Amino acid sequence: MIDIGYDAAHLLGALVLLTSFALLYQRRLFSLLNVFTVQALALSGAAAWQAYAHDEPHLYITAILTLGLKAIAIPVALHRIIQRLHIERTVEPALGIGLTMVAGVSLVTLSILLVLPVTENATALTREDLALSLSVVLLGLLMMISRRNAVSQVVGFMSIENGLILAAVGVAGMPLVVEMSIAFSVMVAFIIFGIFLFQIRERFETLDMRKIESFRGESD
Amino acid sequence: MGNILTISPHAFRGFVAVTVPLVALLALFALAVVGVAARRAPWVGSVVYGGTATVCAVVALWAGFALAGRSGAETITLPMGLPWIGAHLRADGLSAFFLLVVNFGGVTASLFGWGYERAQAGGHGSGHGHGDSGPVLPFFPLFLAGMSLVLLADDAFTFLVSWEFMSLTSWLLVLSTHREPDTSEAARLYLIMASAGTACLLLAFGLLASGAGDYQFDAIRQHAPTAGAAAMVVLLILLGAGSKAGLVPLHVWLPLAHPAAPSHVSALMSGVMTKVAIYAMVRVLFDLLGEPVWWWGGALMIVGAVTAVMGVLYALMQDDVKRLLACSTIENIGVIVIALGLALVFKASHTPVIAALALSAALLHVVNHSLFKSLLFFVAGAILTATGSRDLNRLGGLIHRMPVTAVLALIGAAAISALPPLNGFVGEWLLFQAILNAPALPEWSLKIGIAVVGAAVALAAALAAACFVRLYGIAFLGRPRSPEAAGAGEVGVAMQAGMMIPAVLCVVLGVLPTFVIRLFEPAVRAMVEAGPFDDRSYQPWIWLAPTSAIGNSYNGLIMLAAIAALSIPLVLVIHRWASDKVRWSIAWGCGHVEPDPTALSQYSASSFAQPIRRAFGGTVFNAQDRVEMPEPGDTRPARLTVRWTDPAWAYLFTPIRSAVNWLADRADVLQFLTIRSYLTLMFTALVVVLALVAVVRS
Repeated sequence: MIDIGYDAAHLLGALVLLTSFALLYQRRLFSLLNVFTVQALALSGAAAWQAYAHDEPHLYITAILTLGLKAIAIPVALHRIIQRLHIERTVEPALGIGLTMVAGVSLVTLSILLVLPVTENATALTREDLALSLSVVLLGLLMMISRRNAVSQVVGFMSIENGLILAAVGVAGMPLVVEMSIAFSVMVAFIIFGIFLFQIRERFETLDMRKIESFRGESD
Repeated sequence: MGNILTISPHAFRGFVAVTVPLVALLALFALAVVGVAARRAPWVGSVVYGGTATVCAVVALWAGFALAGRSGAETITLPMGLPWIGAHLRADGLSAFFLLVVNFGGVTASLFGWGYERAQAGGHGSGHGHGDSGPVLPFFPLFLAGMSLVLLADDAFTFLVSWEFMSLTSWLLVLSTHREPDTSEAARLYLIMASAGTACLLLAFGLLASGAGDYQFDAIRQHAPTAGAAAMVVLLILLGAGSKAGLVPLHVWLPLAHPAAPSHVSALMSGVMTKVAIYAMVRVLFDLLGEPVWWWGGALMIVGAVTAVMGVLYALMQDDVKRLLACSTIENIGVIVIALGLALVFKASHTPVIAALALSAALLHVVNHSLFKSLLFFVAGAILTATGSRDLNRLGGLIHRMPVTAVLALIGAAAISALPPLNGFVGEWLLFQAILNAPALPEWSLKIGIAVVGAAVALAAALAAACFVRLYGIAFLGRPRSPEAAGAGEVGVAMQAGMMIPAVLCVVLGVLPTFVIRLFEPAVRAMVEAGPFDDRSYQPWIWLAPTSAIGNSYNGLIMLAAIAALSIPLVLVIHRWASDKVRWSIAWGCGHVEPDPTALSQYSASSFAQPIRRAFGGTVFNAQDRVEMPEPGDTRPARLTVRWTDPAWAYLFTPIRSAVNWLADRADVLQFLTIRSYLTLMFTALVVVLALVAVVRS
């Protein structure tokens, strides 16, 4: 029997994961932002599809919030920040594609091996969704530690949040309050990041963490 | 049975009698507040010490009546501590017995401390530090309260909190002499050892509570842990309570920290606080852990035998009076632990009457040691007050200058050397009665091993006698070795009274030991389900005739009469025909002639110990005596330098310390990483944990 609800949800979740992989090896900031926008769109679509398939209207709010904040507001704001700081042309080192794929696939394998045995009593969709979102979270963490530019670290952080929201919409019965609070915390985090980026730039004239680290008093 | 001491306890049955020590604890806390608030007032010392003496006397009386009246266990739950758990307190025979010991020690220490601090503040013996009594007063009542609270605790949480409270208040009391050079190091070592000990106890009670599912002692009693967990608990208790009691090799803090405190606090720490650690061992090993296994007792006996022999050897090496006394505490704790081990072995082999005999020996030695060790620390305090010195090599001839102290010190020294008819003898006699019953045990290793342990106890007792002959002979006999010793005078009445009470009790308990053994029989009965006199139908009250395969008995009165009948005529004869003859000595008579002002050519403390140092020091302590002889014609004096190392430091603590330092150096790198490195560490840790979970779950 073809279960279109399951397949579509699976597809959208996999799209979010795929964009996480893509985020890992983007060297230019603008292309990084574009991929991030795609990820947010896919996430928003996943939320909307869950709302439709399971007839849970409050998930539409989640979808709209994700669309408005993550697919539109944050990318636009980051674009403007990049332009005001004149770092459009920065080419930063990222992991090579081969290495990224190896690391990413191992993390996804780990997530699946971990989640599937733990959640034997849950439905198939919940289990897949949890495995996918854990993979997205881990890949976001990997991105945060493999990047040196502050902007791309912010993007890594946001993609971790995407993983959390994916888990939230996938598990039936998650109250709206949780999603709202995640959304607002992302918003606050984004504002703080923005302020900090300007402050850092103003003080150190760079956003490259390698250079900023040398300003710490105690290190050698 | 119990026909002598059934003074009516029924007056106490009407209300929950545990409230008496509770009110006493509150009073002690109030005294601590007074000690802080009025620390400048001239009357504050009298109020605090008078108050602690009164409160401790009340609690000791209460505990004595509770024991004599055979009243059962009483519990009370206070709405304090952890939410929904509260603090459970309980007084049974064992607690009452130890409360009696602790609070009696509190009475004499308060009395002596009052006189001691007045003498210190009054300018006697100036020039040796602790004139300022301010730091002592608030913590002295708190320390007493902490020890009593440990004895009353009936759940693991209350027990551990009050245990730590006791450790910290005693640590603060040690720090009250912080102006002296060695104190800070001693206090630091004490703090480390106390924390490590409490950590071990925490793990032990965690294991006990995890088996029972509850922290209350009642629940733990009903759910005996599995064999493996019980073995772990035994080891952890030996480490945790053993470090507080001073078991070798965890004793290293004790000869440093006990003497560093003011003398009456030293007496409490050495004579009383170590007994609280013994209480913890008895409570867990006999009460909470259920049916014992024979090797527990074997482990206790081995550790105890090593502790007893090593402790007295340490004591023989010391030239500092208070440090010597602290080392001798190690020896006595070893003897008590041997007796506890014997009791465990006999309990495990289902001969409860002999177990009761061994446990009675342990508890009697607890009483005895608290009496004579307090007495001897008071004597050390009196010497310190009078001469300003704790160094044996600067004392001498004090018997003429401090006659009362000298007589009391002689009683204490004879008692701790286990000479009849004093109480130390009765304790060790009982212990040997239990040891002599060892052939009744089924295990061959125990039959032979206990004989070896008995030999170790005999060796320790003989060495202890040598040690206290040395202490008494160097400090009180001969001629003064320093001007301060020559100018010493007798101490005040309060200090004399503080020493007099334990000294009199040392004699009374030695002559009439049956009373006190009958008194704590309920505690023994609760632990091993038998009394020491159970299979003897006829018990004349004056004879101490416990169960024994050999049928030995002891009568203190006859012993006293015999000793008096033999020694009094001897003394008279010597005085009549020997001492009134004028004796002439040659001009170069080893310096025992008037022109030598400091009498340095007498036996010194180090030279008195030299034979024993030669016999044991080379192997145990790696001791080296080096004599620097000047060339003929050179006028420099010859010098004897003695070097020795403590094997516990050399083989245990120094390697541990260097390992900890090495690890700390490696871990120090972590403080200076970049943010990305920290994130990487977290990420790696997360991935490793997830992988572990995945592996375990599959």
